[in-house]
Amino acid sequence: MELNILWFWIIAAMFIGYFVLDGFDFGVGMSLPFLGKDDTDRRVLINTIGPVWDLNETWVIVAGASLFAAFPEWYATMFSGFYLALLLILLALIARGVSFEYRHQRPELKWKKSFDTMIVVGSAVPALLWGVAFGNVVRGVPLDENFNYIGSFFDLLNPYALLAGLTTLLLFFTHGVIFVSTKTEGDIRVRARALAIRSGLVTIVVAASFLVWTTLAYGTLASGILAAVAAVALITAYLANLRGNERTAFGLMAVTIGFAVLTLFASLFPDVMPASNDVANSLTIENASSTPYTLQVMSWTALIAAPVILGYQGWTYWVFRKRISRSHIEAAVH
Amino acid sequence: MNEWLDPLLLSRWQFGLTTVYHFLFVPLTIGLVTTVAIFQTAWYRTNKAKYLQLTHFFGKIFLINFAMGVVTGIVQEFQFGMNWSDYSRFVGDVFGAPLAFEGITAFFLEATFIGLWIFGWDKLPKGLHLATIWLTTVGSIASAYFIIAANAFMQNPVAYQINAEKGRAELTSIGELLTNPIALAAFPHTIFACFMVSAGLIISVAAWHLSRNQHLETMRPALKFGLWMMVISGALTTLMGDQLSLAMVAAQPMKMAAAEAMYNTASGADASFSIFTLGTPDGVSELFSIRIPYLLSFLSTHTFDGTVEGINNLQEQYVQLYGPGDYAPIIWVTYWSFRWMIGLGIAHILVAVAGLWVTRKGKSPRTWIWKIAIWSFPMSLLAMSVGWVFTEMGRQPWLVFGLLKTSDGVSPNVSGLEILISLIAFTLLYGALAVVEFRLILKAVQKGPDDVPVPDPVSGEIKHTTTVY
Repeated sequence: MELNILWFWIIAAMFIGYFVLDGFDFGVGMSLPFLGKDDTDRRVLINTIGPVWDLNETWVIVAGASLFAAFPEWYATMFSGFYLALLLILLALIARGVSFEYRHQRPELKWKKSFDTMIVVGSAVPALLWGVAFGNVVRGVPLDENFNYIGSFFDLLNPYALLAGLTTLLLFFTHGVIFVSTKTEGDIRVRARALAIRSGLVTIVVAASFLVWTTLAYGTLASGILAAVAAVALITAYLANLRGNERTAFGLMAVTIGFAVLTLFASLFPDVMPASNDVANSLTIENASSTPYTLQVMSWTALIAAPVILGYQGWTYWVFRKRISRSHIEAAVH
Repeated sequence: MNEWLDPLLLSRWQFGLTTVYHFLFVPLTIGLVTTVAIFQTAWYRTNKAKYLQLTHFFGKIFLINFAMGVVTGIVQEFQFGMNWSDYSRFVGDVFGAPLAFEGITAFFLEATFIGLWIFGWDKLPKGLHLATIWLTTVGSIASAYFIIAANAFMQNPVAYQINAEKGRAELTSIGELLTNPIALAAFPHTIFACFMVSAGLIISVAAWHLSRNQHLETMRPALKFGLWMMVISGALTTLMGDQLSLAMVAAQPMKMAAAEAMYNTASGADASFSIFTLGTPDGVSELFSIRIPYLLSFLSTHTFDGTVEGINNLQEQYVQLYGPGDYAPIIWVTYWSFRWMIGLGIAHILVAVAGLWVTRKGKSPRTWIWKIAIWSFPMSLLAMSVGWVFTEMGRQPWLVFGLLKTSDGVSPNVSGLEILISLIAFTLLYGALAVVEFRLILKAVQKGPDDVPVPDPVSGEIKHTTTVY
């Protein structure tokens, strides 16, 4: 297999890692107003992701750097083209990240509430805009002969891309709420499950329409099959949650997000950034990639590092596998 | 076009602002994580409560600081593509690889094990928990290596060939890229300087408490540790800085000439180092200066009769090589940043040596000495910042020395208005967060270390205050 094909799928895998992991962080963040009745509840919610949000967020740094190294043209076109969208994502990620660390530094409720707001907004904005960004990549954007984006910010807000954004927003929300139900005890766990049942229905409707639109407008046979797997996994996750199998439901949500990302990448292939105005200006895995030598060096690094990384990250989740309850929070010293 | 909406100028300001800001948190992260690991190791081996208190105390300051380093770091990586897309297209094949290595090998390590350290006090065995802070340290120091190797390519491009058809630089040897002489000298120089910043913080904090005669049990050993750390890392920073300037003269002679504001080639005694210069406002001729003969010759070549090339001579050479243009950086910036870096660095070493002397055998110095010591943290941070300002401004007008000018690297399709929006947004958000961050650190510092955790009367185990959000 050509290395640029391999790296196309490695990039896909990295965004799957990012969306599956930081996806539930975003969901937990967005669930604060729905599940966090009081400060103790909100602390329970935040502590479910406390030890892991940073490593989850690191996936986007690694995905971005790998995109830069493996497909510099893709990275350059996408990041300069989606300038204001990425700016909003950055501001949101900054606000969210510092809020986790700052909100518990002072006891005043007013202080905590302002950081809670930043967590909610800082989670919802990237959850929405990553979907909008990838929706536009799949749909195609106007590019000039030097592969520079020549549309405006508002061209990115088209119906298909907005539906993509709504899909990631809802997928991550439900994913995060189900995560809460797997990580907590007592009343909040019950309420989380009930909320996921409600949000799950909306998610199914929106995600299914998005997958159908993608398949009809931009899909291939392969991407259609992947989309079908994603849809089945989502419905099964919903049913599992309905029957109280929270952990199964969570695993199936991860499968859903994974196959949804695969659907998008399969629809793209072998383009990486199709030009909507002129096919000749499209970026493909051929004209966007680095040299075989660079890709070879990167492949060896990834091959050696991947089992180690997955090993210690998996171990981290195992260390923090216990459920968190209000009594844990109340007993802990600040 | 309105000159205030010049994308190049705005992008440069934004990159400068966000980078200097990001690099206020990074040196403290690298230095403090190492310090905390050392304190925790001391506790692990001696079981003395004071070391555990110091671990928790400086650990808390470290964590307030750490989050800022992480989130402002994402901006750095995204900005290459957002604001410097032509640069990204040109160097991606070479420059992307160390960035990817940094993420894959260093950032994951750092981000995972810091979570385990914060939340793992009562979940992991003592030895394993100690290992988590050391692995965080390894991750943070390794990340510095990769980013400096990437930066070294911009200062001194190696291990590449130009593909004219694609209009880009292509990597020819990863080994050569990672052993760039500039990187080999700049990495230890930077790491030891990070240790100086951390030592500066410890000295400031300990001096503040000791001047009030409080927390003596913990702050006396902390001060001693900080002073020794400052002296040792200061000496090593100087030594490595000397190595770096040799490598710099070989790779970027213009930067050294600009550091000295030396317009004409000179050798021997004429290659003098000026400590202070008062010039005419246009910077073309000098009115008054204090000079040390031979010193610049020694700094540049390690001999007293060496020749150091001047700005005008290099300018002529570069015009022949690269065509018409101005190849000198902004001289007053390089001249003064170089001096502030060296001056503050040496002042820190001297103050630390003096501090060791006045506190020998448990003596307590006079009040005014504490007042000086309290400044060591902000001043060491300033020395670090001006050092990077010198390195990066001294590279101008090049983005990649000799290959790509800064003006050719900016994104051609991002408008000045968009960049103005992002520049304002970053400035406001960063400014607000700086205020919050500063107050939180100040509060944690003033509160001082918590009391000794009491061992369980039955099992003898120490119940840690489990950190939770």
